Amino acid sequence: MRQIISILLENEVGALSRVVGLFSQRGYNIENITAAPTEDKTLSRITILTEGDGSVVERITKQLHKLVNVIKVSSQQDDSVGIVEREILFVKVQAVGHTQREEIKTLCDIFKAQIVDITPELYILQFVDTSFEVDRFLKAVAEQAEVIETVRSGVCGIFRGEHSLHS
Amino acid sequence: MEKLNGAQQVVRVLEDLGVTRIFGYPGAAVTDIYDELYDSKKIVHTLARHEQGAVHMADGYARSTGKVGVSIVTSGPGATNTVTALATAYGDSIPLVLITGQVSTDLIGTDAFQEVDTMGVTRPVVKYSFLCKKPEDIAINIRKAFYIASTGRKGPVVVDIPKNCQNRAYLFDYDNKSDVHIRSYNPTIFGHKGQIKRAVTELLKAKQPVMLIGGGVVQGEASAEVLQIAKSLNLPVVSTLMGISGYPASDPQYLGMLGMHGLYEANETMHNSDLIFAVGTRFADRATNKVSKFCPNATIIHIDVDPASISKTVTANIPIVGDAKTVLTQILTELKEVDGKPNADINLWWDKINVFKQKHCLDFRKKDGIIRPQEVIQTLSKVCHELGINPYVTTDVGQHQMFTAQYFKFEQPRHFITSGGLGTMGLGFPAAIGAQFANPHDCVICISGDGSFQMNMQELAIVKKYKLPVKVFILDNSVLGMVRQFQTVFYHERYSATNLDGNPNFVKLVEAYDLKGIQITDDANLEEDFKKILLDKDNFTLVDVITDTNTKVMPWLRANGSMVDMMLNDEEK
Repeated sequence: MRQIISILLENEVGALSRVVGLFSQRGYNIENITAAPTEDKTLSRITILTEGDGSVVERITKQLHKLVNVIKVSSQQDDSVGIVEREILFVKVQAVGHTQREEIKTLCDIFKAQIVDITPELYILQFVDTSFEVDRFLKAVAEQAEVIETVRSGVCGIFRGEHSLHS
Repeated sequence: MEKLNGAQQVVRVLEDLGVTRIFGYPGAAVTDIYDELYDSKKIVHTLARHEQGAVHMADGYARSTGKVGVSIVTSGPGATNTVTALATAYGDSIPLVLITGQVSTDLIGTDAFQEVDTMGVTRPVVKYSFLCKKPEDIAINIRKAFYIASTGRKGPVVVDIPKNCQNRAYLFDYDNKSDVHIRSYNPTIFGHKGQIKRAVTELLKAKQPVMLIGGGVVQGEASAEVLQIAKSLNLPVVSTLMGISGYPASDPQYLGMLGMHGLYEANETMHNSDLIFAVGTRFADRATNKVSKFCPNATIIHIDVDPASISKTVTANIPIVGDAKTVLTQILTELKEVDGKPNADINLWWDKINVFKQKHCLDFRKKDGIIRPQEVIQTLSKVCHELGINPYVTTDVGQHQMFTAQYFKFEQPRHFITSGGLGTMGLGFPAAIGAQFANPHDCVICISGDGSFQMNMQELAIVKKYKLPVKVFILDNSVLGMVRQFQTVFYHERYSATNLDGNPNFVKLVEAYDLKGIQITDDANLEEDFKKILLDKDNFTLVDVITDTNTKVMPWLRANGSMVDMMLNDEEK
């Protein structure tokens, strides 16, 4: 089962490596991970996407919480209910000739993606949505044009409603 | 504020934290600190002969006293040599602080001489680690290290100090403020009140309860409370390997160790119980056997200071996170409040347990011409008792360790020192040295094997130098007995790499250090021999006891079975 784990932790030497190390040490998988400081520069927030059933995630959550640097851990199973999650995608595509360039542009309009860089033969497209939509967009782009390279940010998520890691 | 340089701050903060003994080994990256130690009036440094030995000594010091053990080593190989010892302490939740030198900050990352990523190498085997990036970090990080090591679930903490941060030319304010606050680290101490009430209700309701104590009882100083609860409810008490010494062995309610080589009555009582009252144990695989078959009818109350240990393997019905001593005190208060008495059916339960005891699973038959290892431990325990000696006993890992756990009667907490989690051969002897330094007037015995002893025997030099009266008993069967017994039973007696041909003459070995050694080959006068050795209170003795090669540790749980899938080898009787 797909699970999103959010971690608020102190920005200390080795803090990120302890979090990542825990996953490898205990045999848990990281599908993707994002990390950045918060508005309080002494804190960082990490979002990890992992696979596992409820009991595995409970174990991971407890072990994460045990790390000395970690202030708060929260996990969310069902992305459609409790959490707003987004992923950013950049995709560099071949865009040669008027027809192809127009087709890609139309596709971007439909998906509300943006063209953020152009050369006479290339586009860089930017798309922000859930991982599921990112997959769909990528598939649609690939059908229109040759994809040169892609990069995805990994999931970044925030809980709906009053629930907050900072409270 | 007083101005001190980095190296001075290291020594001063250790002094201010009450440290009186450090075990270590110098090297290029810590020479400034060693220069300051040279003048310290409060701290005595012991030079080990290997960094692993140094940290094991600090470990033995910590286990026997409850204080934080302190060790200091240099960068690179100094640091990597400590990894096994750190992992040993981590496995058994022992409070240690290890100070490691590091190459200067401008050299970090350049593959400098004796540079290793100490934080990275030690990360999976420590509770926490610090890198002091500037001199001003030193004092506060060492204070934090002590706080983290000695609170919550205890453990080893590393403080890595680059050479240039110790610089003698740079003086700066020494902050002697002693309170430490770490925003992200607040171990739970008090148990949840509702859970305490639920636990007490279940305890009083249970017809076949058992109390299971683990290392948390010893490390958490909760023995008195355990005894009080066991007495007030007439509970049988079973111990894990690490819980041994947490409950007086001579008490009739004590059933001994459970698990892989646990006693028949301990395992049967666990398996047939309807309630397990577990304190400070993590339900390790060696204790439970196959988790899915573990104690099928039992409700489990699990008290532990580490929330991650609760329901990690065995699912707890009533989890209580908190410090063992505090939570048990809360339970005692609640018991008083509800006027808790032993369950009316407890005597029927004791009748069953007494039948289990009739199995006499530890009985063994003597063999002609060769000493049985069980006999050595049993006699040693008996002699200590008769002489009124209450020794600190350390062991290494293997058959001798299990025999000690089974046959030696421990009456007081902290008196049994062994590597339960990591299972480190080589802990016993240096740990005995550490325990002897901490308890100079007490008897310290290291029970080892001929294999294990050779893993850290270089520390004999420390015994010689400080005239430590440690007693070493080697159960010398010329083989790696524990592995060999696996080979006997599961590998058709194919004894691959378990023969210790090439062993030294242990008596001559210690004589090279001007120490006393004797060999015993015959059990005719075992009691008298042991008495003589133990009464020689001021001198070290190594006792090389030649024992039977073919004796197996029994009982023995069958892999993937329940706690009662036990092999009881009757040929031992």
